[in-house]
Amino acid sequence: MSGTSSAAEDRVAIASNWRLVWWRFRRHRLAMISAGLLIFMYMIVLAPDFFSVQDPERTDARQAFIPVQMIHFFDDGSLSPWVPTITGKRHPVTLRMEWVADPARKVGVRFFARGYSYRVLGVFETNVHLIAPADPTQRIFLLGSDRLGRDQWSRIMHGTQTSMTVGLVAVALSVILGVVLGGLSGYVGGKTDQVIQRIIELLQSVPTIPIWLALSAALPRDWTPIQVFFAITVILSLVGWTTLGREVRGRFLALREEDFVLAARLAGCSRMRIILRHMVPTFASHIIATSSLAIPVMIINETSLSFLGLGIRPPAISWGVLLQEAQNIQTLALAPWLLTPGLVVIVAVLAFNLVGDGLRDAADPYSN
Amino acid sequence: MTRYIAQRLLILPLLMVIYSFVIFLIIQAPPGDFLTAYVATLASSGSSISADQIAALRHQYGLDQPFLVQYFLWMQNLLHGDFGLSLEYQRPNADLISEQLGLTLALALFSFVLTWAIAVPAGIYSATHPRSLIDHVLTVINYVGVATPNFMLALILMWLAFAYFDINVSGLFSPEFVDAPWSFARVGDLLFHIWLPGLVLGIAGTARLSRIMRANLLDELNKPYVVTARAKGMREWRLVLRYPVRLAFNPLVSTIGWYLPALFSGSLIVATVMNLPNIGPLLLRALINQDMYLAGGILLIYSFLTIVGTLLSDVLLALLDPRIRVES
Amino acid sequence: MPLTRIAIEGAVNQQTPLLQVRDLRVSFQLDEGVVRAVDGTSFDVMPGQVLGIVGESGCGKSVTMKAILQLVDRPGRIDTGEIKFLRSDGETVDLVKLPPRGAMIRQIRGGEIALIPQEPMASFSPVHTVGDQIIEAILLHSHRWEQGGRKISKREARKITIGLFRDVGISMPEQRVDAYSWQLSGGLRQRAMIAMALSCKPRLLIADEPTTAIDVTTQAQVLALLRDLQVKYNTAIIFITHDLGVIAQMASYVVVMYLGRVMEQGPVDAIFHAPKHPYTRALLRSIPSMYGQTRVALPVISGTLPHPFNRPPGCPFHPRCADVMPACSVGVPRLMPVGDDQLASCFLHHNEAEPV
Repeated sequence: MSGTSSAAEDRVAIASNWRLVWWRFRRHRLAMISAGLLIFMYMIVLAPDFFSVQDPERTDARQAFIPVQMIHFFDDGSLSPWVPTITGKRHPVTLRMEWVADPARKVGVRFFARGYSYRVLGVFETNVHLIAPADPTQRIFLLGSDRLGRDQWSRIMHGTQTSMTVGLVAVALSVILGVVLGGLSGYVGGKTDQVIQRIIELLQSVPTIPIWLALSAALPRDWTPIQVFFAITVILSLVGWTTLGREVRGRFLALREEDFVLAARLAGCSRMRIILRHMVPTFASHIIATSSLAIPVMIINETSLSFLGLGIRPPAISWGVLLQEAQNIQTLALAPWLLTPGLVVIVAVLAFNLVGDGLRDAADPYSN
Repeated sequence: MTRYIAQRLLILPLLMVIYSFVIFLIIQAPPGDFLTAYVATLASSGSSISADQIAALRHQYGLDQPFLVQYFLWMQNLLHGDFGLSLEYQRPNADLISEQLGLTLALALFSFVLTWAIAVPAGIYSATHPRSLIDHVLTVINYVGVATPNFMLALILMWLAFAYFDINVSGLFSPEFVDAPWSFARVGDLLFHIWLPGLVLGIAGTARLSRIMRANLLDELNKPYVVTARAKGMREWRLVLRYPVRLAFNPLVSTIGWYLPALFSGSLIVATVMNLPNIGPLLLRALINQDMYLAGGILLIYSFLTIVGTLLSDVLLALLDPRIRVES
Repeated sequence: MPLTRIAIEGAVNQQTPLLQVRDLRVSFQLDEGVVRAVDGTSFDVMPGQVLGIVGESGCGKSVTMKAILQLVDRPGRIDTGEIKFLRSDGETVDLVKLPPRGAMIRQIRGGEIALIPQEPMASFSPVHTVGDQIIEAILLHSHRWEQGGRKISKREARKITIGLFRDVGISMPEQRVDAYSWQLSGGLRQRAMIAMALSCKPRLLIADEPTTAIDVTTQAQVLALLRDLQVKYNTAIIFITHDLGVIAQMASYVVVMYLGRVMEQGPVDAIFHAPKHPYTRALLRSIPSMYGQTRVALPVISGTLPHPFNRPPGCPFHPRCADVMPACSVGVPRLMPVGDDQLASCFLHHNEAEPV
């Protein structure tokens, strides 16, 4: 009995820092589920077309505001997925289209079936999709359609690519800025520290949302969606790095006094080696935890900016751009599925927060 | 203490100068100036304006001057309380802003009070009853609250109210009070309407604040001074309120520094979605239409409110925490 | 008043203990398992006696003290045992049976049993003045200062506090009353803490390693102060420490604890000069001696303190014991008399095991 548990103690004693973090993180069930969800979402980011049912830009004014077509997996007890056909009738008085689901007329749905062709990561071309109608001439709307008859499901897949990437890239930029400037501030100290600290204070007391709006409004109108995308990312990360910079600086200040740093210095290590090999690894897990908590903030900011019409602009698709379609309450009452991108935002942000919290708790493997 | 406040007050004008310069840089950044936009507007409405007239206007507004000269002109006017003329509305910007400023402040402050009134008791309850059912429920609400962008919440509530109860929850007044002069009835109407946008605006903050309160209080409850106080024979709830809550409060007060400003600028989005009288939608329009001096004026107001919010939290913190008060 | 006086005097004469701890067991339910922090501890405290409790860190000394005051926090729980306390009105109550937030235990806390905590720095709230925190204690138990049933005022409480500060040797007490704890030196802080503990004239003082957090010179002063005050007020003191030197100076009776159990207890002379338990002997051997050889490593107790989830079966000390026998890993030895007023739980001296 005592033999096995002392073996366990030995295992803990020799485990690397990352291994300990992983062991502790694994214990957070919600964080693990969230991490799985996020991995899935980043798979969508890699190949949104594979997960799409239709070309997200395909419009058809006659198929506007088609309601959600639910997938039924069993047909007469056998596994054969289908969706009901939706037929439209114009209301005689209001002249509004009214869509009725007709379960008697089924449209077969196939998985890993052929659809429109696309390129994966811009390299190879294919036309295999996760979900596709059995009859390629049919259109199915798993999450309904918008006012131009575009498929909401496929647009969300493409919006996921943009919004998740914005969050990731903006945070990556923030991390680089934060670690470099924060590290400089904390390690060099003196005047450099003073200047960087004042800049951080200044940036932190900026009214963020109005300034973001003003900066985005200042972007030239003739920029391509890609240019706008990167500009927005840079704008978001400009303020985002300060929190991280502060944290890194604090860590450096504390570590500078530690014996192992002194030992490394006395052993003749170069300054760069001390920073990269001795100091950064001690708080790298904290940086990862903090950044994973920063991504959802970026995502919410991007979504808000785009929602107000000053972020990512159509024809580019992001969650915020999609939610612009939901601005009108009358439209929303007619087509509540236009809010689905918002639910995706909430789920993604929730998942990031749970993973971030789990990581933060796990980042201190020796705390318990 | 007085010196501390004086020091902070002295920084205020300096910060305003820096901000005003940055803001001017930003509003100047879009290609062209507001006359270009003006000409375009006129052209789209069918009327036109001669090149001479444009030149004259450009000179009148000082738009033909170098950047720095324009900045100093702007600053000079600002110091005289002149925010310039709005191109779009053809009215003084100062009037446009002041019409909306009162209700903007009212919404932010109301939301602030609501946030604290909910977050503090919730946080105390969660920390003193960890792992209880209510604690778990509050934790779930907090996570979802933080994850929901406030415009999303506004949309959902407005949609639910409209689609299922057929009521319109946008605006801060009932239709009959929108343009009415101030009266008790109008204030009552405002109080009736303000709580929903106030809640929507404050939901993420409430969630974050109650999580901070919970975490801080849990930390404080484990401190030795709590044992000392218990060993004195104090009543438990009195003890919790007098010692750990009091200490857990300090980090909370320091959040005012970012939270109050975040409410000012956050109200922009909620106000746009819920169609509230607020300087936010005004700024949005001004930015889209390149009404630059109006946008600049509003951005300055936001910056000012932000600095004042930070200042307020610093002073409050110093008042509450003798360790800061005595040492500064 | 005279009647209770006689009752107490009578009790002293008959040697009725002020506090009787019997088979106390406290456990902590953690996610990783159950930690039995106190596992069947028994001892008595006589009125006016200074009882020393020694043991390594983690042996359950502090948890025992918290249990006496009903201050064991979640996830900790008192499982079984009795803590009988003789109240000033002559009545005996079992503290374990009192609800931890009830009125009776709150009267006893601070009023009859006071605590001098380990870290005087962290044991005062940093945002309230030291005086405020002591005045609060006095007002909570104001009946102990009242004359003729009159309520004590805040101003009077303040005066009492200043007087207490003077008693515990704090200079400029009028100014120090309004100081915050972080403005005082370590020694002054501990003196203020002692003043607070004495503020309601307790009959039992629990000093939980009161000198570990302060430097050696100040330590000596604080110990001297405690001894003087003990003589002056005839307060019983439970003195917890891991420092045998301090025990030798302060205590008249000593309890040696290891892993939540009492290994040995007896008068201070017996413990130091005729220790019966191998653990006590090992502890004594590891004290540096004035007469010992220089440049020779001090003997240490072999092995390490077992992990709390990993308690050895039988006598908790047997894996590290020099005199271990086969029986030691089977049964848990009871605490049995081994001499005049001296008890030990060790199979070297008797064969009595705890009932399973």
